[in-house]
Amino acid sequence: MKHKLLVKLVALVGIIASITLILAGCGSSSSSSADSNNPSSVEKIKKRGTIRVAVFGDLPPYGWVNKDGKRVGYDITLARRIAKDLNVKLKFVQVNANNRVDALNSNKVDIVLANFTVTPERKDVVDFAKAYMKVSVGVVSPKDNPITKVDQLKGKNLIVTKGTTAENYFTSKQKDVDLLKFDSKTQQFNALKNNRGVALADDNSYLYAWVKNNPTYTVGIKNIGPNQYISPAVKKGNKSLLNWTNKEIKKLNKQSFFTDDYNSQLKPYFGDEVKPSDIILPQK
Amino acid sequence: MAHSGINVLFEGTNLTRLLLGMWTTFKIAAVAIIIGLIIGVILGILRTFHNPILRFILRIYLEFFRIVPTVVLLFLFYYILPRQMNLHMPGTQVATLVFALWVAAEMSDIVRGALISVPIHQKESGLAIGLNRFQLYRYVLVPQAVQLELPATINLVTRVIKTTSLLMLISVMDVVNIGQQIVEANNQKYPTGVFWIYGLIFLLYFLIDYPLSWWAGRLEKKRLEQANGE
Repeated sequence: MKHKLLVKLVALVGIIASITLILAGCGSSSSSSADSNNPSSVEKIKKRGTIRVAVFGDLPPYGWVNKDGKRVGYDITLARRIAKDLNVKLKFVQVNANNRVDALNSNKVDIVLANFTVTPERKDVVDFAKAYMKVSVGVVSPKDNPITKVDQLKGKNLIVTKGTTAENYFTSKQKDVDLLKFDSKTQQFNALKNNRGVALADDNSYLYAWVKNNPTYTVGIKNIGPNQYISPAVKKGNKSLLNWTNKEIKKLNKQSFFTDDYNSQLKPYFGDEVKPSDIILPQK
Repeated sequence: MAHSGINVLFEGTNLTRLLLGMWTTFKIAAVAIIIGLIIGVILGILRTFHNPILRFILRIYLEFFRIVPTVVLLFLFYYILPRQMNLHMPGTQVATLVFALWVAAEMSDIVRGALISVPIHQKESGLAIGLNRFQLYRYVLVPQAVQLELPATINLVTRVIKTTSLLMLISVMDVVNIGQQIVEANNQKYPTGVFWIYGLIFLLYFLIDYPLSWWAGRLEKKRLEQANGE
């Protein structure tokens, strides 16, 4: 009768699994909003002794890994400074453009410093702190066949990365353009080089850097749509960390931390096309 | 050779990092496969019992893991379930769990198929000499089924190893993820580096998967030869 017990055990496991699935199916309507069980408050982070920061690993010069295996970049410098000022250890969690929100909402990270552009849609799902950078969407194309006006893109393939501001802008505002969507920066630039589309849209500052290293391409359209801001993001309702981060950025602005950050991390990548004031916000 | 793409592999710690990434991939796959195979064999045996409720539950389990794409499963277990149940596991553990459950589901079907294709007279002979059900499975059915299921199992194992390339979705630093970091970091210096990095990743996966698939082919051939009475 050995198997009877086993049967019961397996049945139990099966039932638990089904309940789990049903719960998951109910959607995220029951997400907790109480402040007391917020695992990412400043107090909890200090108690834990570690801050978990979502960053990019493949986006030079903002968040990438150098040849010694060390994470570096404009966002990373800020992350290190935040950890230092909180007096806690720093743990990086590498994310892709389209799982930044989920990483926050499922409490996998405390804060996102992954070149996260503020948009109204994103404001509904996460809380943004004060901006530390500004950008707008640009379009890069081959020099011998440049795209300088949006009209030229009608009915043609434009390459974008999923979950980026560029994808969002073209999906909602430029419906005549056919989009070819990729999962990572690596893939999108490979696609452009292989002529899978006539041009590629992304944040302009990032494109300037890329063009500097790929001189056969040019940023034909430098700005489309309004100026946009890049901010640290925390989980919706995490007042504690949001307020702390706002104060921190104010303080860093006074110390002209971001100018130094620009000069050390971004300047070598951008060349003369870009000035610090194109990227960082006025320092008080 | 100053700008040859292959140099990207030898810059700084790049090669070590890629190999460490492969080790992460291998560890997750190996643990998941071992756990999955054990659970899968048990579930497969249970699926040949004539209990309708049990069969129904196990069938649903199998279909769920077979039909839902692995990407969705990883996303579900890493991002959605923790939010609902407040249960937190690091990415590598989630990956191991998801792959183990997937292997168990697929394996249960392989084992069930193998068990029911053992000739019926074997089972009847076993019962005739007075074996109880446990003894029947332990000494008669399972040993004969193992031979039938081996090629399909090895095939499953190679699929699992390949599918680990999806792990970057849940922030696991596997070989593909690290490869992409290196490609991006060296894009301006070694524009052709991408071919070498992905080439090496291909080679690493190939070195693990090919011997397995060769072994599966050999076992299959041997079994056919035996079945044909050579």
